[in-house]
Amino acid sequence: MSGHSTYQPQNKFLQWFEKRLPIGGLIHSSFVAYPTPRNLNYWWTFGGILSFMLGVQIITGIVLAMHYTPHVDFAFKSVEAIMRDVNYGWLLRYLHANGASMFFFAVYIHMFRGIYYGSYKEPREVLWILGVIIYLLMMATGFMGYVLVWGQMSFWAATVITNLFSAIPGIGDPIVTWLWGGYAVGNPTLNRFYSLHYLLPFAIAGVVILHVWALHVVGQNNPTGIEPKSDKDTVPFTPYATVKDGFFMVVFMILLAWFVFYLPNFMGHADNYIPANPAVTPAHIVPEWYYLPFYAILRAIPDKLMGVVALFASILILAFLPWLDTSRVRSARYRPLFKQFFWLWVVVCIGLGWLGAKPAEGIYVILSRILTVYYFAFFIVVLPLLGIFEKTKPVPNSISDAVLDGKAKA
Amino acid sequence: MTMQRTILALTLAGSLAAAVAAPAFAQEHSHETPQPPGNKWSFAGPFGKYDEAQLQRGFKVYKEVCASCHSLSMVAFRNLADPGGPGYSPAQAAAVAAEYKIKDLDDKGEPIERDGRAADYFPPPFPNDRAAAAANGGVAPPDLSTIAKARTYERGFPWFVFDIFTQYQEQGPDYLVALLKGYEDPPQGFQLPPGGNYNKYFPGHAIAMPKPLQDGQVTYDDGAPQTLDQYAKDVSAFLMWAAEPHLVARKRLGFQVMIFLIVLAGLMYFTKKKVWHEVEKPREIAAGQDPSKTTL
Repeated sequence: MSGHSTYQPQNKFLQWFEKRLPIGGLIHSSFVAYPTPRNLNYWWTFGGILSFMLGVQIITGIVLAMHYTPHVDFAFKSVEAIMRDVNYGWLLRYLHANGASMFFFAVYIHMFRGIYYGSYKEPREVLWILGVIIYLLMMATGFMGYVLVWGQMSFWAATVITNLFSAIPGIGDPIVTWLWGGYAVGNPTLNRFYSLHYLLPFAIAGVVILHVWALHVVGQNNPTGIEPKSDKDTVPFTPYATVKDGFFMVVFMILLAWFVFYLPNFMGHADNYIPANPAVTPAHIVPEWYYLPFYAILRAIPDKLMGVVALFASILILAFLPWLDTSRVRSARYRPLFKQFFWLWVVVCIGLGWLGAKPAEGIYVILSRILTVYYFAFFIVVLPLLGIFEKTKPVPNSISDAVLDGKAKA
Repeated sequence: MTMQRTILALTLAGSLAAAVAAPAFAQEHSHETPQPPGNKWSFAGPFGKYDEAQLQRGFKVYKEVCASCHSLSMVAFRNLADPGGPGYSPAQAAAVAAEYKIKDLDDKGEPIERDGRAADYFPPPFPNDRAAAAANGGVAPPDLSTIAKARTYERGFPWFVFDIFTQYQEQGPDYLVALLKGYEDPPQGFQLPPGGNYNKYFPGHAIAMPKPLQDGQVTYDDGAPQTLDQYAKDVSAFLMWAAEPHLVARKRLGFQVMIFLIVLAGLMYFTKKKVWHEVEKPREIAAGQDPSKTTL
């Protein structure tokens, strides 16, 4: 989208069309001629994988919506009818449910990669913040989709999560009533969640377009964290990035298919095969696995309001990452200390996820508190101070230097 | 560098120790519920298929025992003849349906009871949930349509990680077998609430359902042993089919998709290698030692 288009169609009609709407040139400059750093590793293929997963979710979702009934008396039954009577309905539903999990799995890898290689640093702040917005929209969409099944876990997750807003002093309870459309999670809640669950993916698609646009303005970061300086540092998007992204997308599809066909209920919760019953509370109310770290942070704080604040802060703090990290060096490759703290942070995130699935009692609460402290300390203590005190390794002159150096050593 | 590696190693070791120690710590506080033993299921694994004879026996157990209290509202008689199921013919499924009386309205709108048809769903044993609850000590017995997927037990770390590779998805039927066989006398000092029955595998141990199956209760005509153990396995397999009627089609299609994707991934990999060849081997090519030009 930046630079001049070299798109020169041979076909007369395409030439005529291009003069009136230069969409061919736009596609050509964005996905064919677009220069991409030659040293990108496979962690960079997850952007393409995420676009693919969004497509899978939207297509399966649209077909599922044709068969689903958003009513408290029929929602669970209509999902079971999809599983039993709709042609390949089981495939659509398992693709959609496991697709959501894989979508989050891919977005977490994408985010960890961004943090490891400093992809949020100047001039990519807006690109990064757009990504955080996509992630927030994904969380809202995923949560509301989980509620639509109207099983026990759907109902009680909806109750617990909407009740978080009751922690707001003074106006909390009216807000919750407004969110529910009643005095408890009920039919109006299910209806609005259905409406929003259908709407938000298109909002995500819109922000994804902005995200890709911003990416194509500033260019991709790369494992060295230094900007391309000459043509020697880059290769054209097509065929290089397309074939590499395509290969790894197929590898990712194998993982998705493994779950869809052989472990379709591994990521789900058995209680969600029990129809929602407002009179019976499940023994443990647990969100989907991709929210567990934040659920652990929520429950680590003894005060409800502060717990909710910590929960939201733990996500929103990501948006401030470009300014919390004070280091001039982008990539963890040349930041020996950052690398250690980063991997510790990854372990802490996984640990919080594990704790989020455990009952909030005894040792689990203590561990959750310790890990929560590190989770936040990484952002507000470690990153600002590392920029000042860390002795970084020498950064290579250019990407091609780094590549040839690496080859010479190998 | 060595100190940093030590820090990393220590944190990893520490978190691992916490992960291992924490459940042990927590278990001291909870009532002990043993893990259900695993069973051999014909429908486990990537090539799993339901055993038709087992499903037919399990259906007999359901019909003669479970159905007196539990509904199976999402399964239709026609499903008994669906491919990948118990293997009845459409005529046999219709004959099963005809044994049931279905509540309906006649042309004048008067309530009637007519013979069941293949398109009908299994009728519930009680007219409504409240009647079911009233006849069963205050709580309606759960519908069994999805029960094999709605019941499980906690696998715990690290087993749930291994399950991804072993494709273990039979927690539900394993739990059901254990539950059906898990009735015992309560241990000394265990206060059984009124109307409760002691079950080793039921969370909290006090289950409202009395021991439903005993040896010799259901007559099998295919020579299978008429034991509690066999009944429990057969009915659990039947309930797994009721909850996941397209399991066989799913695993069969899964294998085809896997083969396709693995071949496609291989082709993509070699295409990628070819396309990137000049970018990845600039020195060798410059030195006239292009690896793609060397003959084997």
